[in-house]
Amino acid sequence: MAYSFPEEVLEHVFSFLSSDKDRNSVSLVCKSWYEIERWCRRRIFVGNCYAVSPGIVIRRFPEVRAVEMKGKPHFADFNLVPEGWGGYVYPWIAAMSAAYPLLEEIKLKRMVVTDECLELISKSFKNFKVLVLSSCEGFTTDGLASIAANCRHLRELDLRESEVEDLSGHWLSHFPDNCTSLVSLNMSCLGSEVSFSALERLVARSPNLRTLRLNRAVPLEKLANLIRRAPQLVELGTGAYSAEIRSDILLNLTEAFSACKQLKGLSGFWDVVPAYLPAMYSVCSGITSLNLSYATIQSFDLVKLVTQCRNLQRLWVLDYIEDSGLEALASSCKDLQELRVFPSDPFGAEPNVSLTEQGLVSVSKGCPKLQSVLYFCRQMSNAALISIAKNRPKMVRFRLCIIEPRAPDYLTLEPLDAGFGAIVENCKELRRLSLSGLLTDRVFKYIGTHAKKLEMLSIAFAGDSDLGLHHVLSGCESLRKLEIRDCPFGDKALLANAAKLETMRSLWMSSCSVSYGACKLLGQKMPRLNVEVIDERGPPDSRPDSCPVERLYVYRTVAGRRIDMPGFVWTMDDEDSGLRFS
Amino acid sequence: MDLNLKATELRLGLPGSDEPADQLQSSSSHVKNNKRSCSEIDGSCQKQESGAPAQKAQVVGWPPVRSYRKNVMEQQKKPESDGSGFVKVSMDGAPYLRKIDLKLYKNYFDLLKALENMFKCTIGVYSEREGYNGSEYAPTYEDKDGDWMLVGDVPWDMFITSCKRLRIMKGSEAKGLGCL
Repeated sequence: MAYSFPEEVLEHVFSFLSSDKDRNSVSLVCKSWYEIERWCRRRIFVGNCYAVSPGIVIRRFPEVRAVEMKGKPHFADFNLVPEGWGGYVYPWIAAMSAAYPLLEEIKLKRMVVTDECLELISKSFKNFKVLVLSSCEGFTTDGLASIAANCRHLRELDLRESEVEDLSGHWLSHFPDNCTSLVSLNMSCLGSEVSFSALERLVARSPNLRTLRLNRAVPLEKLANLIRRAPQLVELGTGAYSAEIRSDILLNLTEAFSACKQLKGLSGFWDVVPAYLPAMYSVCSGITSLNLSYATIQSFDLVKLVTQCRNLQRLWVLDYIEDSGLEALASSCKDLQELRVFPSDPFGAEPNVSLTEQGLVSVSKGCPKLQSVLYFCRQMSNAALISIAKNRPKMVRFRLCIIEPRAPDYLTLEPLDAGFGAIVENCKELRRLSLSGLLTDRVFKYIGTHAKKLEMLSIAFAGDSDLGLHHVLSGCESLRKLEIRDCPFGDKALLANAAKLETMRSLWMSSCSVSYGACKLLGQKMPRLNVEVIDERGPPDSRPDSCPVERLYVYRTVAGRRIDMPGFVWTMDDEDSGLRFS
Repeated sequence: MDLNLKATELRLGLPGSDEPADQLQSSSSHVKNNKRSCSEIDGSCQKQESGAPAQKAQVVGWPPVRSYRKNVMEQQKKPESDGSGFVKVSMDGAPYLRKIDLKLYKNYFDLLKALENMFKCTIGVYSEREGYNGSEYAPTYEDKDGDWMLVGDVPWDMFITSCKRLRIMKGSEAKGLGCL
């Protein structure tokens, strides 16, 4: 007879396991462990809301307190997914309102959230604490008013980068006077002005407030008053950072900042007037995260600020910083882990700033802890990429966007295969990669051969043939998400590697050469995949099977085909199977 | 290209076929039953040829910058190295160009009056329907995208941040812009 611990002991042991991976492994040990584990799992993460249904989740995990979920594919950020595609969270909220009365946290990304959802959340969960809506849409400030008014124990309200229909700033005034639990408030994406006095009072009565990200409409002249009431802030997002230049405003602001001894993160900085930047100098030595990606100021002013932040770990900045600024960054900020350089003029034909591959090479040389890069530039060379790869073998995320599609190595006019090849060969821990520039099938051979830990790959305007796609699908063992646009990849590689798709979360292909016939075949043969054709030209049946589809989204699922598809999405059905999980 | 399909366990394809993928290759000449062939449908089905030169026209979603960021960048002025709003102004038939500082003007009315004064011409009054129809000259400008636009269509604030240069076109040529 097997010796076993009492349930309570096992439950206690499992409570130390926070990672989903570990808990999933534990569930597979034996039936009794599966049972114990499922009753004590408190947090669930659903990477694709259509991969599973609310019913299945609730049946298996009856005592969940925190839900995190993602909806639309990543390329929705760049308008490649038409309006109305899906990602509705309402069915989930409705089901959870009945099943999880003790739910405390909801974190959503790229989902459609309505005011109805927000109201339902605010009324269903008495202990509700955390709402994070990242890149979501579909709700208005009225929905926010419900949350503010009804969630008595609200700790976090974070609307990062969501598209909110801003009816008025009045929603903020709905936080009751006895609400003192706020720890984090991020309203940076909102357009309207909120009542400043309501905001001030809210901040004043929230002693645990650590993160405050204001929206652009909060004027600089009033920022000092706000900060003064929250010297314990760890993260601050300013509003518009401009005002007429007055010494009293500057003095006020400088004093207020100097009282914030715990400040580690700064963001906001729309419309920056450089004269006001020195107000922050007193906190710079403690700053680890700096988002200046909306600050349209010149390299000189950026450098003055950035080089004072000796403990900087994360910097988001516009290409106004230029190569010279990045070189200064590389000399001063030796703890830098993440760098994102955004384009100030993405559609300009000519470069408007002196930012080239050199800037990135300098940072890769000077910053030994650099592991995460997002870099927009207008020229690149294999030599630079090889240099970066050799400098930083511990790179984990490397996303390069050379603005002109199919741009070759500007020195040799060759494809950038060798450069990216060096990246994947040297950076053995690489988990995320975005390619750009002129690339042949060869780069995909390198990726398939070396990028064994790669989980997410983004490809655009690259490759010569199906062989490229085949290398990736057959070689990248850890691949979870693959998104491809405007590449000559077609049916052969897709069908030959169909089984691989069940080991991944999803595959996106748009403006490629995958035929409708192949999509149908894939759908028929792989019942546990949803093969969705997105085509705004009308039913794919009205065109020959050989005709390429506009867009294809394939994902594994245990929930069967989804029932909320708009008119321009067709699921390629598994006609033989009658059994569908509900 | 040899994918060695036989070696893969999963065999996908129509029964009796050895190279299933071949049958599904895009080919505009291959027409089954009564459906229209790909090539007859406004070219949207055409297989993209690798190595085809990228078009200069803006591609959807490229470069991959989120809409919010794009909008913010368009709104905010670029830092000007000399802090001025000087733009070149040319007039058809004039021997040399002039320069004016857009920052000195508060609205279109002031700007047009100044241009009329500078070049001793009549530009007249703007109307949304007719442009500057009826007057001898029409003011046009080159915007950030390199397109030539009629002065007056967009709000003043948007105009001064997007105007790169001005050109006062002769009435006959301007007719093309005025009558849309």
